[in-house]
Amino acid sequence: MAKRCHPYIPNSQLQTKKEMMLEIGIKSIDELYADIPEKYFLKKPLDVPKGSTELEVKRHIEALLSKNKACADMPIFLGAGCWPHYVPAVVREIVQRSEFLTSYTPYQAEVSQGMLQALFEYQSMICELTAMDVANCSMYDWASALGEAARMASRITRRAEILVPKITHPERRATLQVYAEPAGVNVKEVEYDRETGQLNLNDLENKISKETAAVYVENPSYLGFIEAQVDEISRIAHAHGALFVVGVDPTSLGVLKPPGEYGADIVVGEGQPLGNPMNYGGPLLGIFACRDDPNMIRQMPGRIIGLTTTVDGGRQGFCMALQTREQHIRREKATSNICSNEALCAVAAAVYLALLGPEGLRELGETIMYKANYAMRLLSKIDGLKAPVFKAPHFKEFTVNFEDAGLRVSEVHDALLQRGIHGGKDVSKEFPELGETALYCVTEIHAESEIRLLAEALAEVVSAGRRRHV
Amino acid sequence: MFRQSSWDEPVIFTLGRPGRRGHILPEVEETVKEVVGDLGGLIPENMRRKNPPKLPELSEPEVVRHFIRLSEMNYGVDSGLYPLGSCTMKYNPKINEELADSPKLGMLHPYQDERTVQGVLEILYRLERWLAEITGMAEVCLQPAAGAHGEFLGALLMRAYHNHNGELSQRRDMLIPDSAHGTNPASAAMAGFNVVVIPTGEDGCVDVEALKAAVSEKTAGLMLTNPNTLGIFEKNIDEIAKIVHEAGGLLYYDGANLNPILCKVRPGDMGFDIVHINIHKTFGTPHGGGGPGAGPVGVKEELAKFLPVPRIVFDGKRYRLDYERPHSIGKIRSFYGNVAVLLKAYIYILSLGFEGLREVAEVSVLNANYVLHKLRGVEGLTLPYGEKTPRKHECVFSAKPLKTKTGVSALNIAKRLLDYGVHAPTIYFPLIVEEALMIEPTETFEKEELDRFVEAVRKICSEAQTSPEKVLKAPYNTAVQRLNEVKASHPQNMTLSWRMHLKKRAATNP
Ligand SMILES: Cc1ncc(COP(=O)(O)O)c(C=O)c1O
Repeated sequence: MAKRCHPYIPNSQLQTKKEMMLEIGIKSIDELYADIPEKYFLKKPLDVPKGSTELEVKRHIEALLSKNKACADMPIFLGAGCWPHYVPAVVREIVQRSEFLTSYTPYQAEVSQGMLQALFEYQSMICELTAMDVANCSMYDWASALGEAARMASRITRRAEILVPKITHPERRATLQVYAEPAGVNVKEVEYDRETGQLNLNDLENKISKETAAVYVENPSYLGFIEAQVDEISRIAHAHGALFVVGVDPTSLGVLKPPGEYGADIVVGEGQPLGNPMNYGGPLLGIFACRDDPNMIRQMPGRIIGLTTTVDGGRQGFCMALQTREQHIRREKATSNICSNEALCAVAAAVYLALLGPEGLRELGETIMYKANYAMRLLSKIDGLKAPVFKAPHFKEFTVNFEDAGLRVSEVHDALLQRGIHGGKDVSKEFPELGETALYCVTEIHAESEIRLLAEALAEVVSAGRRRHV
Repeated sequence: MFRQSSWDEPVIFTLGRPGRRGHILPEVEETVKEVVGDLGGLIPENMRRKNPPKLPELSEPEVVRHFIRLSEMNYGVDSGLYPLGSCTMKYNPKINEELADSPKLGMLHPYQDERTVQGVLEILYRLERWLAEITGMAEVCLQPAAGAHGEFLGALLMRAYHNHNGELSQRRDMLIPDSAHGTNPASAAMAGFNVVVIPTGEDGCVDVEALKAAVSEKTAGLMLTNPNTLGIFEKNIDEIAKIVHEAGGLLYYDGANLNPILCKVRPGDMGFDIVHINIHKTFGTPHGGGGPGAGPVGVKEELAKFLPVPRIVFDGKRYRLDYERPHSIGKIRSFYGNVAVLLKAYIYILSLGFEGLREVAEVSVLNANYVLHKLRGVEGLTLPYGEKTPRKHECVFSAKPLKTKTGVSALNIAKRLLDYGVHAPTIYFPLIVEEALMIEPTETFEKEELDRFVEAVRKICSEAQTSPEKVLKAPYNTAVQRLNEVKASHPQNMTLSWRMHLKKRAATNP
């Protein structure tokens, strides 16, 4: 390969190389490595590929990817923090624009107005969705955004504890733990009502104290139900001088009351469903927003784009704002270490939201609710299934319990897979008190026929199970 | 002459008209509506959204034109030279984008049964092995979303290691050279360590005597970038590793500068215990205007047990996700990493191969030294530290003499460069060089483009002598002229969302 000029490396052409070496005054590129102690140089080639042409690479990758079974190969009813949604063609077109795709963080504002304005518009749309005033231009994902929110709340309140619902996504809960622990922030769980899944307010009242920096809830919750006591939770948090942190799935915000209208101080969430493919769980898009309060804004993590004007005041423009919070200036005193984030996913979200508009977002929420509720109705008709487990309104995910059918989630899962359907996520180990339970997700991409197929398959599986067990 | 597009493109909230739509959803099937009935009853009254979000209402072509116009006011690697030091702005192969756009990945859910995702697991597993081989590490974890995320994980691994040895309460100091990137001290602090700054010597390398004086039984580790941010290889790395290890600390490698040593030398062989890799620098994946990237972390054998769950394992037949890791630090994010980005890195390594990657390294070094050579002696610029030492992937000039004489600073040079249709270098970093211009050409720009850049810098430096006011007011050819960045952060003007803008406007003209 090295003998030939590599397509990506123009100066690997021999004559060019020679001219440049001549200019520098060296005979071999090795001279430029002469300061590296000899003993470190590799003595033999590494066990990595030999190099391939574009056509070979294409064949190889397509063969590997064809081993995956994705949504087009079978209906998939999984959610739990990464959701299948339709991505309009326009979104793909815009994020593939190489001026966006191949640019760096917009340090040189004058030559990066496009990215800066797109990110400002993303921030602004997130503010409208959540009814908050300020949003940053992204965190890595919801989980790390939650970790940062706990640390931010602790800095603001100078307290060292965050109360979270027992029903929180275990991966978010684990990430929160890892982010909070080095900052000396304790994570404590608040019980839930076994009937409804709703936060147990008595337990919250018992646990909240002068140590509590923040109370966190998710809406919709990890197990899909809507937490309806938010006004009361907000009141309790604030009465104790704690901040109220809310985690959201933004696709719900066309129909559900936004956290800014029920007292949230910080909003985090997962922006992936806004125009970003699932990609086996990444990249994701961490949403982070707060109120227009200088004490909060100063403590925000991440990049924030602001509106400004040219020096002569003649024209509006955009640039990064409040950089004195950030690592490149404040170093170990920075509000976070985050540098590269998920900017292009934020642009995708902005394009997606611009396409849908307020009406489209409401329609999206309604469509999802219709379909998820339809699925719940069909499934709960099956003898032995409980769907949902909790007596509460649900958005796009819901729990299905198989105890009364005498089935294990893993058996049901295998039987569905054999029928070309991918069932929900097994949550029996995460919440043993719920018994054999799975978390199902239905969105606008699921056709009525697919939902019916699922119900029919489950009915079969249940009756087959019954015959076996009798 | 370069002229960037300059659309008078309003903020999207002022475009469109009520009732326009850019996308419609499929109608909900009648059967579904019949079964479910009225939606109203499904949301508790107090949880219903009463005020629709004030999103813009645009038709599809309006949305497209808006964002295309914005894209035309943005400069990328495909536009021209982007010598942003430390950022490794290299060409991003198009085939990688095409292949990563597959619905076989896009519509793949992270919680799918392992039997249905063998293809992607195979890709990730092999990529881990290749990155381990390239860095000289035992195991690699692909989960971190960026370099800084990898650093945070690295610092947490140090924490876990010292804790495991019962020494965490004592080992609180993270040693970091004064030339380090801001994320290093920020990550160390986030993981609960005190930052101890180690000075750089005359030769542009870590001051070994100062390091000796700084290490103690309190040392948790040292975070080092090698080649460092001056573009100079830390030639005393052998001794540095000994000093840190003998004090009981661990050695962390910031992989932002891995490009120039690819397939030549390996951090693992230099004694580093933990490394992160900036996939979006070294392995040719696009930066996307600030991400998504990926920051895999490699470790030596004794640290592997602390890595986040799950680990991808292979029994010779099947790939599997393993959560049974009792010593794991847990999770630093959801799922398994920025998989779409990692796939592009896999393709990159596959395309270039061992010889190709070595060529990447060598030509990146050739290009940096070529630019250095051509800029040496330009009036107003100096090359601080190790005048005779060859640089690796980048070189850092100081514009201090120019500033003293003409008032034209590194910032002004950067802004004026934009007028020539090249991106500016990184400026004011590393902090140990006054008026720093940090130049990293990478291997993917041709000699002719480098010559154009050198010529532009020369012209600007001479323009600074003859008509400094011209340079001070630059840029002229960009979408907008010089922006007031101070104003954007001033409490009185601070406008961080359209909502804040409307609120401010209402307050000033009620
Ligand atoms: C030397 C160095 N270290 C670390 C980082 C952080 O990497 P990332 O932006 O991927 O978090 C950077 C990039 O800006 C860098 O240049």
